Formats: sequence, structure tokens, C-alpha cells
Amino acid sequence: MSARDEIFASIRRSLGVKGNEAIRRQIVQDRLERAPKGVIPTRGQVSGEERIALFRTMAEASLATVTEVGSPAEVPQSVALYLRNHNLPATVRMGDDPRLKTMPWSETTLEISHGPSQGGDLNAVSHAFGGVAETGTLAMISGPENPSTLNFLPDNHIIVVSAKDIASDYESVWNRVRFAFGKGSMPRTVNWITGPSRSGDIEQTLLLGAHGPRRLHVIVVQE
Amino acid sequence: MTVHTTSPQFKQNAARALHDPQLQKALNNVKQGFIDKRQAAADKLPEFEALRDSARDIKNHTLEHLDLYLEAYEEKVKASGGHVHFARNADEAREIILNICRDAGAKTVTKGKSMISEEIGINHYLEANGIRPVETDLGEYIIQLRNELPSHIIAPAVHLNATQVEQDFRRVHTHLDAKRDLSEPVQLLTEARAVLRERFLAADVGITGANFLVAETGTSIIVTNEGNGDLTQILPKTHIVLASIEKLVPTLEDASQLLRVLARSATGQEMSVYTTFSTGPRRSGDADGPENYHVVMIDNGRSSMLGTSFEEMLRCIRCGACMNHCPVYHAVGGHAYGWVYPGPMGAVLTPSLIGVDKAGHLPNASTFCGRCESVCPVRIPLPKLMRHWREREFERHLTPASVRSGLRLWGFFAKRPALYRFATRAAMATLGFAGRQRGRFSWLPLAKGWTKHRDFPAPEGETFQARWQRERNRRAA
Repeated sequence: MSARDEIFASIRRSLGVKGNEAIRRQIVQDRLERAPKGVIPTRGQVSGEERIALFRTMAEASLATVTEVGSPAEVPQSVALYLRNHNLPATVRMGDDPRLKTMPWSETTLEISHGPSQGGDLNAVSHAFGGVAETGTLAMISGPENPSTLNFLPDNHIIVVSAKDIASDYESVWNRVRFAFGKGSMPRTVNWITGPSRSGDIEQTLLLGAHGPRRLHVIVVQE
Repeated sequence: MTVHTTSPQFKQNAARALHDPQLQKALNNVKQGFIDKRQAAADKLPEFEALRDSARDIKNHTLEHLDLYLEAYEEKVKASGGHVHFARNADEAREIILNICRDAGAKTVTKGKSMISEEIGINHYLEANGIRPVETDLGEYIIQLRNELPSHIIAPAVHLNATQVEQDFRRVHTHLDAKRDLSEPVQLLTEARAVLRERFLAADVGITGANFLVAETGTSIIVTNEGNGDLTQILPKTHIVLASIEKLVPTLEDASQLLRVLARSATGQEMSVYTTFSTGPRRSGDADGPENYHVVMIDNGRSSMLGTSFEEMLRCIRCGACMNHCPVYHAVGGHAYGWVYPGPMGAVLTPSLIGVDKAGHLPNASTFCGRCESVCPVRIPLPKLMRHWREREFERHLTPASVRSGLRLWGFFAKRPALYRFATRAAMATLGFAGRQRGRFSWLPLAKGWTKHRDFPAPEGETFQARWQRERNRRAA
């Protein structure tokens, strides 16, 4: 018997089942189909301005910084201002996200390059798939639009998120993922990001910038 | 079995730990930080207790249908272009991992933090076969430099102080200026970041664990604060996920319930910094990510825990709250437990995995204060399970003769209530009289184990039962 078959046999022996019981199969299939939600904290169950405000509060509690702009056209200036305020070079790396591409980057003096990171980029800009107000979390999806390496290799990560994509809870984001990719399918990688990289491994002291970005800045776009 | 164990020498390990000033200093960080942070996070979320119930129920449901969820998961991983391998034990797991690494032509392998990888002792095995494993979690990196096991499941280097880390970095990072300043923890972090960044970019294979596996989608989930797990899995050509079979949950919703209790219980964070959901290898059009995605499903004793009283232990999500709140762990640290898993969860799991004959001391190393159970996010009755091990140890005659005869003597009296009351009253009266001056004893016959370290408080001359009877009569009157 293969290792696989023996493990299944051992599990079934211990549980006292054969594996072909129709009722058990039905229960499992139902659960996978229906994906019941469980307990959803009321904290995030607010809408409009209140939800954006909660997202901001929670993201800032995770030591990210947050700024709000009135339209996508204001994003490049906001990025330039952030870099200038932190004395960072005016260079950014980003993917091929169509929402980022249509923004007026030429109105700034920023030097833009495109593609994944090989490790040499100081600043990156990504567009989030969505946000979660409950904990100030951003949901990123892999692909050429927003390569995953940009989430981790640069020192300073700027994430753009549309206010309308900020959901109350994680479950609402999963609903959108299912709508976009089909039930039971997932993008290669979904990254939930809540604040900049950190470690407490030396004497349990919180230090920022462990292996990922030292700074996380979020730009919330209204409209 | 797998990793060398010193669990049979728990008593000597504990004695050594109690006399280690560096360790005692470091353990203060556990007592101070974790408990308050967890409490604050729990207090901030009114649904926290309901989420704990939900988390427990999800794990119970999954374990009851583990064979079917495992089938569904395997199918989904394959559909997304990944490979699933099954390993009955540590030997098989190591062999599978080595073969994948060889196929990838690997010289170096980066590793995210994974307790199952400690359990199967993969690092030494890869090294013995000419492949260099590099731990990338800061704490794991530090203990790898020291050739130690983690002393805590989420804070592996919690037994060390910054000065010790500085010494290790100076010893190993010889390519750097010997006169550099490393007096601040942030300088140590910065140095590790720079050294490991090169390793990340050079690695041929990345190995991570999995906090959860999702049957609905064939997804593996890792949770980190550093981002090391992500750099481990997106940069090399091949990503290997190591997971024990009980990591499965049915759906993304179920995983989200568990994630809501994990970080809060572990570090008191609302959510860890990086929660990553990986499904298969690089897709067409992807500009980055691994080209090969392998999952090694490891049993190593779990399947035979199902259907027994120890099935409840398989709910464990490895948050570390039980050890953060354990007075025994606070006193002796994690290494005294002598194997991979320390603290209360280790005291229950270790005998299941390496045998109660080797690990029998661990379930005895408990005051049964119950704090571990009161904070466990999946409500594992840890004291009850430790008691089960004590019973099994007794049944199998593994308990020392002196303890057995002591218990027999106590049992003789306990089964004869009148005699018991008479004997205890006489004893308490005698001790109360003898100790009436000082109120304590610095020496007592047969009690050296206690009085060597502290005074024994003198009884007030009356037994609890006598006082209870008296109070009850008084109130009834």
C-alpha cells in the first residue's frame, strides 16, 4: 500500500468510517459549497465614511500611515509628496495595473519603472484588490498587474486602494475573489497585509523592517 | 525517531534551567509581554469568546471528516498545477523533500518558520546530503547559528538576550567589520536583514510550513510578521509546503474564523502583518512566483490520535498562548521539555509522538492551575489531557516505585474516611503544635524536596474538613 493509501486507511480506521458513507460525503460537500460564515465581529459592520475611518484607525494602529485623496488623478502627486517628506529618492517600481497606468505620473518628476522587483528597488507602488476595515488590512492579488515581489522586497511600499473596495470584513473580500476567479478557484497568491514588516524576536522588543518593507503607506482613493 | 530528545532528563534539564541566570533574565520577557497583550486584544473584540467556540467547532468538524477534506484538498492542489506528496513518518518526509531539492538542482534552501520541519529534523538531513538550509525567521536564524532547537513555538529565541545574539553574529558574520556597533537590537535586526536578503535571492528552493490548508481551494496559508515566509516562497523556482494532516480546514471562511483568534492569542495583534494564501505555482503571465509548488502532507503519528481522547490535541493551531501563560514554562523555559514542542501543548503532544515512556515527565510538570486551558483559542482541555497521560503512565508502571507506594498509602487512607479524618487531624494537630512558634518549618522528615528550596508553612492545627464541618454547623445554627 502506498503512503497515501495507508494514511487514509489509518485515518478511517481511527475514525471508525469507511470513507464511502453517503451522509458524511454530503455533509462535506455542503460545507464546501455553502461556505458558512461563522461569527463576524460587529466592529466592521459600518458603511460609508465611518467604514473608511475605521479602516484608517486600524491601519494606523498597525503602524501603517494613511492618506486620502479625492480622485485617482491625485495619486501621483500624493506619492511624490510622501517620498519627498521622507527624504526618499523620486523613483518607484510598479506593475502593469491598468488603474495605476491611467494616472497622470508625467505630472510629477517621479522616475517610474515597471515589472517585478529583483531586490534593488527602494520604493514600490501597488494597487490593492481591496481592504478590510475590521483590522485595517489590505488584500493584494498576484499577477503582472501587481507582482508579489513588490509587496516584500522594497524598503518603502505604497499601496493604493479604492474607497469603494474597502469592505467591512474578510468574508466580503472572499466573495469578491469568488466573483472574479470563480468558486473554488484562487489567484496564485493573495497577500493580506496589515502594517509594515516587524520582528519581536530579540528580547520581545518590537522592531520595524525585519525582512519586508520598513514603511507601509496607504493611499485611499475616493470616487 | 526524529530529532534527538532529552525529554527523559526533564528533571535535570529543569534544574539546570533554574540555575541559568541568562535564561532566567530572558524568561522575564515572556511573563511581562505576552499575557497583557493577549488580554488587551481579547478585550477589544466583544466576539472573541464566540470566535473561540467557532474555532473549536471548525477544527472538530474537520477532524471528524478529515479523510474527505484531505481528498478534496488534494484534488484542488492538483487542479491548480501543484503536487501533493504523502509521508507516513519523518523518514519518508525527509526523503521526499530531498528528492524535490535534488530535482531542482538545489545548493541552498531558504526556510520559513515551521514546527513540523523541526519535528522531522529536515535541516540536519539536508546538510548531511550537501544542501545548505538557511532559516530566515530572525529567531530561527539565531538558533540555527547556535545549533539549538526553538524554545518557544512562535518566539524560538525567547531564551536569549541581545548580548548573546551579538556574540553569535560576531562569530558567524566574519565578513563584516569587526569593530561595528551592535549594541542596539535594531542593529542586530538590520545586520540579519542584509545577510539574509542575499540568501533569499540566491536560494534554489524555499520551504515553508502551513498554518492552515484550505480544502475548498487547495490553498496553503502562512502567517508571519517579518515577511520572511513570503520571500522564502516567491523568490526561488520551487516552493515546498510542509504540513501535518491536521492543518486542514474546509473553506476560506473557516480559515478566516481561525485567523481571527490566532494572532490575538499569540502576540495580541489584531492580525499578523502578513497572511499569505498560496494556490499552486506561477500562472501564465505572472512576472514572479515559484514555478513548482509541492505540498508534503505528513502524518507522523497524527492519524492514530484520531478517535482517542488525544484527538482534541489535533485542534492546536500553534499560537503559543498556553506556554505564555504557564508558570512551569516561565520557570524553566522551553528547552527543558527536551523535544520540539514545549509548554502545556508540548506536555500533551510530545508523549503522543515520541511515547510516554520517554516523555512521561512532561505531563507531570504541571501545577494544574488551568491557565493554559483558559486561554487556548480552540479550547483544548490541556490539564485533562495531561491527567490522561499521568494515568497511562501509572497503568504502564512507568511511575517510580516511591511515587507508586506513596499513592498506594494515600489510597489506603482515602478509601477509609474515618481513618483518614483521624490520621489527618492527628498530623495537623502535631504539626500545628510543633510549628506554633515560627509558623513555618525549614526542615521536615520526608519533605526534603520541598524544604531544601523553601520553608513549609505550619498548619494552624485544624484540617480543612474539620473547619468545613464547624463552619457549616455554625451557619446552620
